[in-house]
Amino acid sequence: MNIPAEYMLILSAMLFFIGVFGFFTRRNLVSLLISTELMLNAVDINFAVFNAYCQPQHLEGYIFSLFGIGVAAAETAVAIAIIINVYRNIHSIHIKKLKNLKH
Amino acid sequence: MEYTILILALPLLSFLLLGLLGKRMPHMLAGTIGTLSLAAVTALSYITAAGYFLSGRNAEGVFADIMPYNFTWLPFDGMLGIDMGILLSPISVMMLIVISTVSLMVHIYSLGYMKGERGFQRYYAFLSLFTFSMLGLVVATNIFQMYVFWELVGVSSYLLIGFYYTKPAAIAASKKAFIVTRFADLFFLIGILIYGYYMETFSFNPPATELMTAGAVLPVALLLMFIGGAGKSAMFPLHIWLPDAMEGPTPVSALIHAATMVVAGVFLVARLFPIFIGYAPEVLHIIAYVGAFTALYAAIVACAQSDIKRVLAFSTISQIAFMMVALGVCTGSDPHEGGLGYMASMFHLFTHAMFKGLLFLGAGAIIHAVHSNEKDHMGGLRKYMPVTHITFLIACLAIAGIPPFSGFFSKDEILVACYRYSDLMGMFMSAVAALTAFYMFRLYYVIFWGKSHYEEQLALYNGGESSHKPHKPHEAPFTMTLPLVILAIITCVAGFIPFGEFVSSNGQEYTIHLDKTVATTSVILALAGIAVATVMYIRSGSRMRRIVNWALHGPIVAAYHRFYMDEVWLFVTKKIIFNCISRPIAWFDRKVVDGSLDLLAKATQNTAALIRPWQSGNIQTYCIWFLCGALVIILALLYMA
Repeated sequence: MNIPAEYMLILSAMLFFIGVFGFFTRRNLVSLLISTELMLNAVDINFAVFNAYCQPQHLEGYIFSLFGIGVAAAETAVAIAIIINVYRNIHSIHIKKLKNLKH
Repeated sequence: MEYTILILALPLLSFLLLGLLGKRMPHMLAGTIGTLSLAAVTALSYITAAGYFLSGRNAEGVFADIMPYNFTWLPFDGMLGIDMGILLSPISVMMLIVISTVSLMVHIYSLGYMKGERGFQRYYAFLSLFTFSMLGLVVATNIFQMYVFWELVGVSSYLLIGFYYTKPAAIAASKKAFIVTRFADLFFLIGILIYGYYMETFSFNPPATELMTAGAVLPVALLLMFIGGAGKSAMFPLHIWLPDAMEGPTPVSALIHAATMVVAGVFLVARLFPIFIGYAPEVLHIIAYVGAFTALYAAIVACAQSDIKRVLAFSTISQIAFMMVALGVCTGSDPHEGGLGYMASMFHLFTHAMFKGLLFLGAGAIIHAVHSNEKDHMGGLRKYMPVTHITFLIACLAIAGIPPFSGFFSKDEILVACYRYSDLMGMFMSAVAALTAFYMFRLYYVIFWGKSHYEEQLALYNGGESSHKPHKPHEAPFTMTLPLVILAIITCVAGFIPFGEFVSSNGQEYTIHLDKTVATTSVILALAGIAVATVMYIRSGSRMRRIVNWALHGPIVAAYHRFYMDEVWLFVTKKIIFNCISRPIAWFDRKVVDGSLDLLAKATQNTAALIRPWQSGNIQTYCIWFLCGALVIILALLYMA
């Protein structure tokens, strides 16, 4: 089984831009968080792919993608906590209503 | 002579004490503190004078200048600096006596006059400030110290004229006095700076070499300084503030606008007299002509005023002009030759301070009794106010120049000095002196003789034609009559002081001897003036008075309006200076100076308004910008690679 690297990179690019698109178009904070996760996963795939095809004798890329998954999990926990607090304060998680931080 | 510092320190301390804590004190405590500190200053001044004159003349036969204190207050560079200190010389010691005496009288008098006024403590605080500044002015060791105190007396005068700050007229008068004198002081300052630049010192007796090299600049500097003096001493055409300054409390007019501050200009010229006489005699003669004109102008205006304080104000202007003339007609420094005027001027300053202070305090007592400044509300007061009447009469006789009252001796010396200068000047000043006698006795008769306004009003009330019961005029309380009596006694005896022994133009001993011709003429002229006033004013509505009023209607109206000098000034300032100079400058300031800064501010503001919407608070917008930026950077990197 030999899948060309380009396929995998195309997958990760698609995943990334789906995330970007979702991040720009969604208005719900939870949807934004999901979009962010998609972008992070695209990055993780890239780490793994480049490690497997360019430097198969090393493991840094895999380890980085594991780190990325861990960080993403922590980040999700923090983000969910923030979203819950936002909801407690303004009774909404609609992003258009969350403009007070500009002041 | 180290104790002389107390003469300055005591009034200053009393000012600080009353100014800071006065509001918490009862009225009489504040008044007593002010009066007692002034009494101590007066005692010290007399001790200083006695010590100074009794210590005797030095080998050259003059009273040497003593400087108990002198320190550099503000060093500019190695050569030039401003000193502060105390200088005792014959004229400054004489001024110490004058200021402290009149000031003490005014302090005592005010205890009665200002009783129960709002701001009584503030009044005494300002009086102390004024006394401090005036004493500092006369003992100044150099011209810059003099200028500092000169401005301080200006400020205290401003504060005291505007003492009744709820009266619009008083506010306007205080501003007018401050602005006019300040305008004149601008020239004074320029003169001082020129003087300091060329002499490399601010002292009153710069080295002769510097005086010689200064050449034609020195008279200009001295003339500029004289303009400053003319502003303070109300010389024509800068006299307009003094009559209005009568809006202040009457004791203040007596102290500041009759006896002390207004003679500061005379004192200034006298202080610089050696320089004037040695290097700029032509400026002295300009002073003489300005003074002579002012004397005549003020005397004529005084004949037509109806407010008794205004009459006294114009009489003050006229008498100060006499002193200026006396200084101006000097042609040498030897009192036996051309320098007599210096002594005469200082002598007249001394006697005038006493009798004019007395006149003002008397006027205050009258105003206190009838509650009005207008002569028509007086008349026949001699029955009701005997003490005021007698003391006022003494002062009138003194200012008219009747022997043996003090004014006769000093005015006679001035006239002698004028005749020595030129016969024309002598005759001119004699005529003004006669006019002085006339207007003073006009004032005296309309106040104390004629029909009593009170009795007329009382008759109307008793006849049922008026519902308003008039107040009966009453003699002033003891605190007010005591200063009147003291000043009257001084006025009676001051003429016999051998003044030339103490003060003369070159410091040498000079014995005053009366010039019989001049003395006789001036006494006859003064008596003639009094006689005319008697005929016209001893009874209300005499035929003479009606004839004169009818024949001289135009000139009398013009004189009543002070020959429209105030209107001329208003025209010059409002119509010419404001329109032609101030307005373009204001336009330039508003449009160009402010405009360029406004433009800068507006540009910043507009740019800010342009980019402010970018910070929308909308995270997604930020992200789009971020993405665009990232894409641009990537494209740029690709392109460069």
